Amino acid sequence: MKMKKILAVLSTAALCTAMFAACGDASSSSGSAASGGGSASGGKIKVGIINNDPNESGYRTANDKDLKEAFSEANGYDATFAYSMKNDEQIAAAQKMIQDEVDYLLISAADTAGWDSVLKDAQAADVKVILFDRTIDASEDLYEASIVSDMDKEGQTAVEWLKGQNLDSYKVIHIQGVMGSAAQKGRSQALTDAAAADSGKWEIVAEQTGEWNAEKAQQIVQSVIDSNKEFNVIYAENDDMAKGAVAALDKAGISHGVGKDVIVMGFDCNGWALKELLDQNWNYDGQCNPFQSSYIKDVIDKLEKGEKLEQKKIIMDEKGFDATTITQEDVDKYGI
Amino acid sequence: MPNNSKVQPPKAPLWARLTKHQIIIPIAALLALALFNLIADPSFFKITLNETSNGNKVLSGNIISIIDSGSELAILALGMTLVTAASGGQDISVGAAIAISGSVMLRVLCGSDSHSATLQAPIIVALLIACLVSMAFGAFNGALVAFFKIQPMVATLILFTAGRSIAAWINNNELPIVNDESFGYFGNYIPGIPIPTPFLIAIVCFIVTWLFMKFTSISLYVQSVGVNEKTSRLNGLNPEFIKLMTYVLLGLCVAIAAFIKVSRISTINYSVIAKDIEMDAILAVALGGNALSGGKFSMSSSVLGAYVIQFLTTTLYKFEVKATALPAYKAVVVILLVVLSAPTVREKLARLGKKLKKSKPAGQAA
Repeated sequence: MKMKKILAVLSTAALCTAMFAACGDASSSSGSAASGGGSASGGKIKVGIINNDPNESGYRTANDKDLKEAFSEANGYDATFAYSMKNDEQIAAAQKMIQDEVDYLLISAADTAGWDSVLKDAQAADVKVILFDRTIDASEDLYEASIVSDMDKEGQTAVEWLKGQNLDSYKVIHIQGVMGSAAQKGRSQALTDAAAADSGKWEIVAEQTGEWNAEKAQQIVQSVIDSNKEFNVIYAENDDMAKGAVAALDKAGISHGVGKDVIVMGFDCNGWALKELLDQNWNYDGQCNPFQSSYIKDVIDKLEKGEKLEQKKIIMDEKGFDATTITQEDVDKYGI
Repeated sequence: MPNNSKVQPPKAPLWARLTKHQIIIPIAALLALALFNLIADPSFFKITLNETSNGNKVLSGNIISIIDSGSELAILALGMTLVTAASGGQDISVGAAIAISGSVMLRVLCGSDSHSATLQAPIIVALLIACLVSMAFGAFNGALVAFFKIQPMVATLILFTAGRSIAAWINNNELPIVNDESFGYFGNYIPGIPIPTPFLIAIVCFIVTWLFMKFTSISLYVQSVGVNEKTSRLNGLNPEFIKLMTYVLLGLCVAIAAFIKVSRISTINYSVIAKDIEMDAILAVALGGNALSGGKFSMSSSVLGAYVIQFLTTTLYKFEVKATALPAYKAVVVILLVVLSAPTVREKLARLGKKLKKSKPAGQAA
């Protein structure tokens, strides 16, 4: 009986470790190869990169891939990666990297608060900190640069484009992201402002959160269609939700795209979404630039040469694509 | 389920007889929601025949949307009821498990090229493989619960945390897209049939489950294990095996729900697919008046509970509740329903009804 129990416990333990080993493989296989080179880092720049889980979204996957390619050993870097969507785990990883004496610490923080003490440790250990993708609530003295997307600007670019369509009236279904996220706030604000500024012409037919989820977006649009309301624009705050909205339109036999009844707008520039634009099924897609490595490299180069940065906050260029002007090259280059 | 009403004396008051039946709570909730919509806007119930963009004639309207979108949840509620009844706990990993089996399905369908133009395998093969994988994960959960006596919520926490990463790993972090049109039939409409396919799939699941329950003694076994494990062992049942089996059956339900989910939009997003659906599935079981601590259960009540949840969601969308306030509204209704459907409250209500009935004739006699 006892033997059986011990055996049972052992086998569960084995199962669990097998499982976690498998997960670990998924996210850090290429990262660990680089971190192994710690002993042989002759002349290489040692970088510690703390990022969110690459599985979080297509955006994050592209972001992670971009960073891994840029900070490879071939390019003269010795990079260590750590992934977590939890702030405390990220902070623990940062502390370990500081102890390992990295030259640069690149952080995409899960949460904006709680970073002060780690950043002070980094400063004391002469580790230079560069924030990417997300800002944190800490004194600017504690980091060298922060490379971010301007979500407000993304929204404004999209709404400017929509204004440029010169419709007689704008009846918009507004599908929001997870409430309170930076992307949702920025992208929603521009539309809300535009509608408030010209309320004679603009009307928000429905405004609801799809929580970045295609299926929820589908249900929201379906419910607007079911209640026989008129609309001619779908403003979805990411590509997945735009896709869900389009599925509902298709079900109801409502035409969408260039020169059709309903204008479809999405964000993030997924490869498949840009293809929809190319096929003229959608009208607009706003970029949220995940390719931050070139900006980070610029900063590192300047710091290595001892130059001063003009400003700490660096806002990336972000485009908006119009279905009538997009080309195959754009799809290949900017699709994530 | 044995028919309790026959045991009752024929003169038992209507109120007491009604509250004895578990299914009365979800039905009452459904009627209340329907009544509310009827008063607020009768056009809620309008059903029209529309044409989709591929020229199919299909039914559409709020009611159709409800039976369409609520189907995955209803299918999950079947398995969740069994798991709850047998093990006295819930599986919180169903959302993550849907991500896994959806991912497996797309992996089989798309092969190594995530954007292949043609299907690399027949859909039925993909579905079967996904079912097997999902049942294996169910068995993993079930083994932890049955043989190691781990609290179900803790045991399934493992997959809950790891599941979505496993799903992403299966497809090398890519998001495959199925370009074949026929794959979309299962989450939308089959050409020529005006009823949404998910609902048809759900009905098939209900019928199969009903037959399974009717022609085997499984429901009795599950109940007896849930009520008292020791006595059921003394009566020759194997409680471990029965618990394990309920988790495997839930795995099967998960695979079917995942099939509908990925078919709806022909792709998958590991982090958001079926997000929080485990909570809704547990809620459906609770709304059905099933004791979450195990024991007696009613499948049909859970299924109705699932559609009540969807009815509520659609109603809230229809009345354009502010996005920030949506969860709060939902919570208020849910609290009301769950309190009313709690077995203790039902018992009290039944007693209250009896008292009222008794005091009346007594007063008349005097």
